[in-house]
Amino acid sequence: MTLRVSNLSFNYQAKQALKDVSFDAEKGRFTALLGPNGAGKSTLFGLLTRLLTVNNGVIEVAGIDLRQHPLAALAKMGIVFQQPTLDLDLSVQQNLRYFAALHGLSGKSAEMRIEASLDRLGMRERAKEKLRKMNGGHRRRTELARALLHEPSVLLLDEPTVGLDASSRTAITDHVHQLTADGLTVLWSTHLTDEVHPDDALILLHQGVLKEAGTAKDLQNGQSLQDWFLSKTGAEA
Amino acid sequence: MNHYYTAFKAIALREMLRFLQQRERFLAALVRPLVWLLVFAAGFRAALGLSITPPYETYITYETYIVPGLCGMILLFNGMQSSLSLVYDREMGSMRLLLTAPLPRWFLLFSKLCGATFIGLLQCYAFLSIAGAFGISMPTVGYLAALPALLLAGIMLGALGLALSSFIKQLENFAGVMNFVIFPMFFLSSALYPLWKMAESSELLHDICALNPFTHAVELIRFALYAEINLMAAVSVFLTAIVFLSIAIWGYDPSRGMKRK
Repeated sequence: MTLRVSNLSFNYQAKQALKDVSFDAEKGRFTALLGPNGAGKSTLFGLLTRLLTVNNGVIEVAGIDLRQHPLAALAKMGIVFQQPTLDLDLSVQQNLRYFAALHGLSGKSAEMRIEASLDRLGMRERAKEKLRKMNGGHRRRTELARALLHEPSVLLLDEPTVGLDASSRTAITDHVHQLTADGLTVLWSTHLTDEVHPDDALILLHQGVLKEAGTAKDLQNGQSLQDWFLSKTGAEA
Repeated sequence: MNHYYTAFKAIALREMLRFLQQRERFLAALVRPLVWLLVFAAGFRAALGLSITPPYETYITYETYIVPGLCGMILLFNGMQSSLSLVYDREMGSMRLLLTAPLPRWFLLFSKLCGATFIGLLQCYAFLSIAGAFGISMPTVGYLAALPALLLAGIMLGALGLALSSFIKQLENFAGVMNFVIFPMFFLSSALYPLWKMAESSELLHDICALNPFTHAVELIRFALYAEINLMAAVSVFLTAIVFLSIAIWGYDPSRGMKRK
């Protein structure tokens, strides 16, 4: 297992956002974290990325306890946030160099990794372009290249397709599915069922509680995933 | 250690690159103190009599008097502006990106603070050069001696901005705080008038000015520009910087949650 969450609970003052959530995301597998708005997905991402501190429960990344060894655990994670993190007035390359440096990579090794990550996403020839000139799809691709730069074991994506058109959304979703073939563990949060493939691991989060977990095609049991999702969460999706 | 150095350099450089791209910000940062120096001070010169107090050894013009205060003003505005960008960054994702880097949070915040302070220094020296061109100059060695003083004052004021930014949830709230912090800090200090002059009109105001950390920052810079050390001001600025920085680090502590609902 490369990502393990055990008995995780979290409160915002009086409001309980997560209640006793436990799941494993397996190595080399795409795990979809599905839930309607307000289900607790963003809180879970906040805890996984240590923007919030875990009070109750344990998070392990590649066998490292996030609470006890936060820096070692963060070094193993690649994160694509819902919000854009790149500086629009800097070039793709400048943005990636900055991120590489945050992970202690500089000089030749950083340049090689930047080239490799841009190659993977077919963006090498755009390395010197400013982000501001790019469309939403290419900006998201750059976010993904950034998150993969330090070769993480676990890739976390918090609703990464928000605001993208259909073709960009499909391209990014497919690309991240392909990444699991190299052994990458992926946790992808979404409220859009068409981003989940039948063989993906699926976790359904609703009102802060983990309602279902299993392989998508087993869980949906002949129904369309959308119908299954609506039946489990009501009309809130 | 190399990781720390690499990250520090990158964070500071990024601040610098962002600043250089915002030409209006640089211009505004220079125009503001120059208006004070060349317009306000010229008008005020006749109204305000200055006696000889250290570090000055002779009568000085009012323009000469307010130069250190205006350097402080540049650093104050710069510190607040950088923290304003932090609130913006937090609403965007770049602050999240920074805080999820595998380095201690205090170090990441300190690096960002240093980056912002370097920009403040750049602005101060640009201002001092222009003031020099208008004949308002200091002893040559003073320009060099002022560097550590400006650095320390910049870090203190930047840390104040950082601390404020950690408690402000939205950009809209920040504008109010700017008014409640920048103006009182600047006017209740020795930037525009010496403290003894303030005492003539009100003892209470004098005492408030004497306690204001910004007064100590200005006095530190004033003495340094004449290659002298104002020890009390230096210690006071240093300790205040530590207090502000501690509040900022506490404010950005993950257990308090920078990510609020």
